Amino acid sequence: MFATEFEYKKANSVSEAIQLLSNDADAKLMAGGHSLIPLMKLRLARPGTVIDIGGIAELQGITANNGILRIGALTTHAQLAESPLVRDSARILWETAYGIGDPQVRNRGTIGGNVSHADPASDLPTVLVAMDAKFTIQGQGGITRRGSRTVAAADFFTGAFSTVLAENEILTAIEMPVLAANQHSEYAKMAHPATSYAVVGAAAVVTMDGNTCTVARVAVGGLTPSPVRGQSVEQALVGQELNAETIAAAANLIDNDLGSDIIGDIFASAEYRRAMAAIELKHAIFHATGLAHH
Amino acid sequence: MTTRIFGSGIRRREDPRLITGGATYTDDVKLPGMAFAAILRSPHAHAKINSIDTSAAAAAPGVVAVYTGADTDGVLNPIPCAWIPPDSDVKAVDHPALAKDVVRYQGDAVAVVVAENRYQAEDALELIKVDYSILPAVVNPEAAMQPGAPQLHEDAPNNQAFHWVAAGGDTDAAFASADVIVKDTIVHQRLIPNAMEPRSAVATWTESMGELTLWSTSQNPHICRFLASLVTGVAEHKIRVIATEVGGGFGSKIPVYADEMITSFCSMQLGRPVKWTATRSEGFQATIHGRDHVEHVEMAATREGKITAVRSVIYAGMGAYLSTAGPGVPTILHGLMYCGPYDIAATKADIYGVFSNATPVDAYRGAGRPEATFLVERLVDLLAVELGIDPVELRRKNLIPKFEDGHDVASGITYDSGDYEPILNMVLGHVDYQALRQEQARMREHGEYMGIGVTCYSEICGLGPSQVAGAVGFGGGLWESAIVRFHPTGKVNVYTGVSPHGQGEETTFAQIVSDELGVDVDDVGIVHGDTSNTPMGWGTYGSRTTAVGAAALVLAVRKVKEKARLLAAHLLEAAEADVEYADGKFFVKGSPDQSKTIQEMATMANVAWNMPEGMEPGLEASAFYDPPNFVYPFGAHVAVVHVDPDNGHIEVKRYVAGDDCGPQINPMIVEGQVHGGVVQGAGQVLWEGAVYDDNGQLLTGSMTDYALPRAHMFPNIETLFTVTPSPHNPLGVKGIGETGAIASTATIYNAVMDALRPLGVTGIDMPLTPEKVWQAIREKQGS
Ligand SMILES: Cc1cc2nc3c(=O)[nH]c(=O)nc-3n(C[C@H](O)[C@H](O)[C@H](O)COP(=O)(O)OP(=O)(O)OC[C@H]3O[C@@H](n4cnc5c(N)ncnc54)[C@H](O)[C@@H]3O)c2cc1C
Repeated sequence: MFATEFEYKKANSVSEAIQLLSNDADAKLMAGGHSLIPLMKLRLARPGTVIDIGGIAELQGITANNGILRIGALTTHAQLAESPLVRDSARILWETAYGIGDPQVRNRGTIGGNVSHADPASDLPTVLVAMDAKFTIQGQGGITRRGSRTVAAADFFTGAFSTVLAENEILTAIEMPVLAANQHSEYAKMAHPATSYAVVGAAAVVTMDGNTCTVARVAVGGLTPSPVRGQSVEQALVGQELNAETIAAAANLIDNDLGSDIIGDIFASAEYRRAMAAIELKHAIFHATGLAHH
Repeated sequence: MTTRIFGSGIRRREDPRLITGGATYTDDVKLPGMAFAAILRSPHAHAKINSIDTSAAAAAPGVVAVYTGADTDGVLNPIPCAWIPPDSDVKAVDHPALAKDVVRYQGDAVAVVVAENRYQAEDALELIKVDYSILPAVVNPEAAMQPGAPQLHEDAPNNQAFHWVAAGGDTDAAFASADVIVKDTIVHQRLIPNAMEPRSAVATWTESMGELTLWSTSQNPHICRFLASLVTGVAEHKIRVIATEVGGGFGSKIPVYADEMITSFCSMQLGRPVKWTATRSEGFQATIHGRDHVEHVEMAATREGKITAVRSVIYAGMGAYLSTAGPGVPTILHGLMYCGPYDIAATKADIYGVFSNATPVDAYRGAGRPEATFLVERLVDLLAVELGIDPVELRRKNLIPKFEDGHDVASGITYDSGDYEPILNMVLGHVDYQALRQEQARMREHGEYMGIGVTCYSEICGLGPSQVAGAVGFGGGLWESAIVRFHPTGKVNVYTGVSPHGQGEETTFAQIVSDELGVDVDDVGIVHGDTSNTPMGWGTYGSRTTAVGAAALVLAVRKVKEKARLLAAHLLEAAEADVEYADGKFFVKGSPDQSKTIQEMATMANVAWNMPEGMEPGLEASAFYDPPNFVYPFGAHVAVVHVDPDNGHIEVKRYVAGDDCGPQINPMIVEGQVHGGVVQGAGQVLWEGAVYDDNGQLLTGSMTDYALPRAHMFPNIETLFTVTPSPHNPLGVKGIGETGAIASTATIYNAVMDALRPLGVTGIDMPLTPEKVWQAIREKQGS
């Protein structure tokens, strides 16, 4: 529970942080520290330098312009959960943020840290994949090095605790389309009782024309190394009038999309999680469309 | 008529300092020149130590010393077990503070580093090289007794730590002639106590005085001192143990552990203060666990539903070594309680204490009694199903009728007082039991599964008569004492040997003094937890602090009051027989305006200008109280749960606790104790449980994997009470610290099984995680 020795540096700007990162192969960024510090205390992470980006103003802020909701990487889960703008633009994100961990975690943990850490049990990756979010990444720039780039959520996550982020890149913001009045969204999770982390999480964003679904984006996480889009489910939903039967039938198809790499542990086996994916997804779609489950 | 402070729910005086961080816990103690110890623990559950190389650690920055078993061997005596049940052939195996040749559980202490700061100590731990030969391990206590199982201790063949039988009545005959017999195998998984404050010790050896001062997170500093003197060889009167502020224990801070003895050793070697504080990971591995029973149990009854006998064969895990009170828990605190609140003519408990390669097991909230209640209440529910009788009716049929002054049960103990039906009726009326059953039937028609669990319990606490303690092999007495001392300004201190660590006795003890003497409650200070200024006492556990400690207190208070009355008579120039006490004043019979308060008497006694002939100065008294019997709180609890068959998720919809602990000094504190206990018991059913793999690796070694109950996981707890005084206790009080945990595990478990009955599921091992429930349903549905 005591970290190994490390140097602490505070960065005041994104460019300074990138500079510090680039000069030190053994450095780690710290945003809220709620994933990094526990690992360091268990001595599972032993960075030589910790670069605190927590005070960088340009990484803050929530705005909505031209139908795009933009969230700075340092936005905490509590800020998401308290933002009327997020509530009105991306209800699923607003509600999910409130279900993360506990008040301490929500007050310190950031959206940028959450997705950069890419814990399979995190909630936000799944939600952001379903929301078709775009991640803005800043690199060192110059001729030979990467400057700024944008990556779709679905491409950002490359496996458990693994993303496309290069060693000297920083995630600066996350953008997603503002949901229209006929777009409904919901995240449902089976939470681990110890931490609230997702054992299985399911996100659904459905566009409705009356009772008929015209577009659907669904994703599940928690049970797979990184979030999985439910394309079979989406295809089955589109063009359907949504009711208990059609939703259940579509949700059951998630099994086709999951692949074989399913996580199992002492709390929940892979077999069980696989079965729960359809159930959580069913809950998510039911609630998104306002059809009560029971 | 003034409102009595006894019985009033005043706020806990402890809370402001605890909530605002103003309390000084052991880890807050900072002494000049203090060094920090970190303990290297075995990563293996069972291994031979071939060699230990400490040279790199010793040379690391800031390191003051590194010690291994070779250094402590012969200097520290083995860590003792202090509860050896008679006729049980206990194998009190050697338990060295630092392992000598063999490690026997993951977490066994192997070496200690002392450094200038804690980080340096932790860093140096990584530099110690231990060469182990891994040995086969066994964790499950029943498996550990099978032929061919890995053996832990040479002098304990088959890993049998002890065998103990308690029988009363003719169980064999009752089973032979029974109309019906119901059986079950119950597994009480290991629970990890997780008090909020980790264990900690600060030891400081004063060479010139030959004195050891030890701050220790102990529930019983006087026992700690007594055992520390056995282990360190320092005479008892040269040891001071301080445990004034302890952040929860739940039994896990009763034992005297190797760690504080190692810390003391370090200080004695180095002549400087040394602090050791457990990390949370060490807490999971090397603080005692609770429960760990594998039980084969059965109940015999007549066709009409009269229960005739209960018996068990139990493998009770002791872990790798015998902890301080370990053997007492599954025996005395468990095996004598198979009647519960029922009239059952024959009971037999056949208990094997078993060594296995896991953390030692000791008392954890309820200690033996939750297992006893679970055993009885589970079997009663199975019997109800078997006989087709409503489980409440079956219970009612078997309840012991009201008794006010003693009732002998089959196991040979005598319950003090009981009136079991009113509290049962109260909780049933409160939830409208019949309406609940109707709702359940309606829901089932829609494929929704609601379950109702109703249990009745009686438990044994307020430990206890010292003569019994001796007879059952407890290595000490179980009486308490108190000193009540008035100061010249009329303020008063109580010095008590019990050692509250969160329960609130600083408040309730002050209420007792205030109530008896008419002193403002804020004028009363309670001193506890320091062996240098409190009288001998046996500590806080077994719901004994109020039942025994407050009884001693009230006897001392009454002595003080009598002395003050005599002094008042003298000063009022009245005959002693004519001076009475009421509403805070001593007055001359018939002329209430001629009066004195006890605080005035305190001043006069302390200055002693005008004392009656032969009366000593000062106003103080001490009293010792050795209870003539245990106390037996009781009650009836109801749980309503919903189970979602799609995912196996259980939601506790309602929890109603009906309890009777006799008169309540502070109802708010009583409620708080019930709340905490109920949720702790719920933890066992729904969430908690240590999981080891086949090699004895603890897989639930942190808060990430081990789920403790949190507020949002449980409904508001509804509490109801009846009041049946204990006939033998000076205040009539019984214990309430453990009842919640004693009743709720069985209540919620029964509710879940009631919900699942239409699905064909009859039993699932705890904790009832969603997957286990889901799997059990699937097996029965054959899908
Ligand atoms: C008790 C507990 C319960 C939790 N429960 C949940 C839960 O229910 N659901 C859930 O989703 N999460 C949960 N979490 C995780 C929590 O949400 C994350 O810890 C948090 O979001 C991480 O953010 P942070 O700012 O603290 O990241 P940090 O810990 O500071 O950083 C995490 C990692 O991301 C990197 N990083 C941080 N910011 C950036 C950036 N801008 N660009 C590039 N790399 C970056 C860091 O270098 C580090 O490797 C829980 C955590 C705890 C401790």
